[in-house]
Amino acid sequence: MHSVAYRLNTLVSFSVLPLALMLAAASFLDGFNSPTVQAHAQIHKIRRFRKQVNGADEVNLSLNISMDMESLFTWNTKQVFVFVTAEYQTPKNSLNQISLWDHIIPDKEHAKFQRVVPNKYPLIDQGSNLRGKNIELVLHWHIMPKSGKMIQDKMSLSTFNLPEAYS
Amino acid sequence: MGWIGDQIESIRSIQVRQLLTQAISLGMIVTSALIIWKGLMCVTGSESPVVVVLSGSMEPGFKRGDILFLHMSKDPIRAGEIVVFNIDGREIPIVHRVIKVHERQETGEVDVLTKGDNNYGDDRLLYAQGQLWLQRHHIMGRAVGFLPYVGWVTIIMTEKPIIKYLLIGALGLLVITSKE
Repeated sequence: MHSVAYRLNTLVSFSVLPLALMLAAASFLDGFNSPTVQAHAQIHKIRRFRKQVNGADEVNLSLNISMDMESLFTWNTKQVFVFVTAEYQTPKNSLNQISLWDHIIPDKEHAKFQRVVPNKYPLIDQGSNLRGKNIELVLHWHIMPKSGKMIQDKMSLSTFNLPEAYS
Repeated sequence: MGWIGDQIESIRSIQVRQLLTQAISLGMIVTSALIIWKGLMCVTGSESPVVVVLSGSMEPGFKRGDILFLHMSKDPIRAGEIVVFNIDGREIPIVHRVIKVHERQETGEVDVLTKGDNNYGDDRLLYAQGQLWLQRHHIMGRAVGFLPYVGWVTIIMTEKPIIKYLLIGALGLLVITSKE
């Protein structure tokens, strides 16, 4: 009845409970963190604006991005995935959301920066609607926890108009 | 003679009862596991509410052996969400992040492009031949929760089946031999 195996079994199965409670608490406490994110982004330069062979508009550009995401980090944060999307409407689509640039912030020490970056992914439309189009830049962040619930949020950064002619 | 017969009878009845109790407790374990799984299916609306990460394509966010909890709601799919999707002709579902969304004006149908955080390019190479976008019906759910390491149990068991049979055998033996 009180063999080593029996005691080991009891110990292991009991330790699962406090562990689960601690993980749940860590994730639950994340909910009390009310972050204040500060970020700005503008178009630095339109590098190339063309029509692909298949007829779809394609824009390559560079962005001037600055952000302070330090307040997002808690003790349960593994990393924060940030990305900037271009969002616009076309007659065919009520929403076009295209990721232009993304970045993984591994810890709080690297959560504040300013830099000029080329787009990682080109802005490609599902057609030829981009000339003169008004486009909104939106910053999204996705908090990936050490365990528990994943948290997502976004903020609008700025809007700009694409040129009327291809370059 | 009568006394001995009584004794044998009582031993027999104990064994039968014990055997029955053991069978029932074994059945309880199996059915409660099934109840939890099916209950999760109901709550999350996803046909597989828990998935194990099998590749390193989402590192450092998700490593091999981590567990993801999925949720499938009517909410529209948006960029940045981590979705689990099935490709026609591929058995194993893939967990990747949405980087592009095009949502139709009238029908609300979506075209979605995904990419693994740790991959260099987007997922068009993984999709079926000639497929450019994922549609709603490819997507099994979006990841909402995360638990590290726990999935290693299933990875080890699928890759080393002997361990699985040993474990099942040992557990079964334990249930049958344990008294109360």
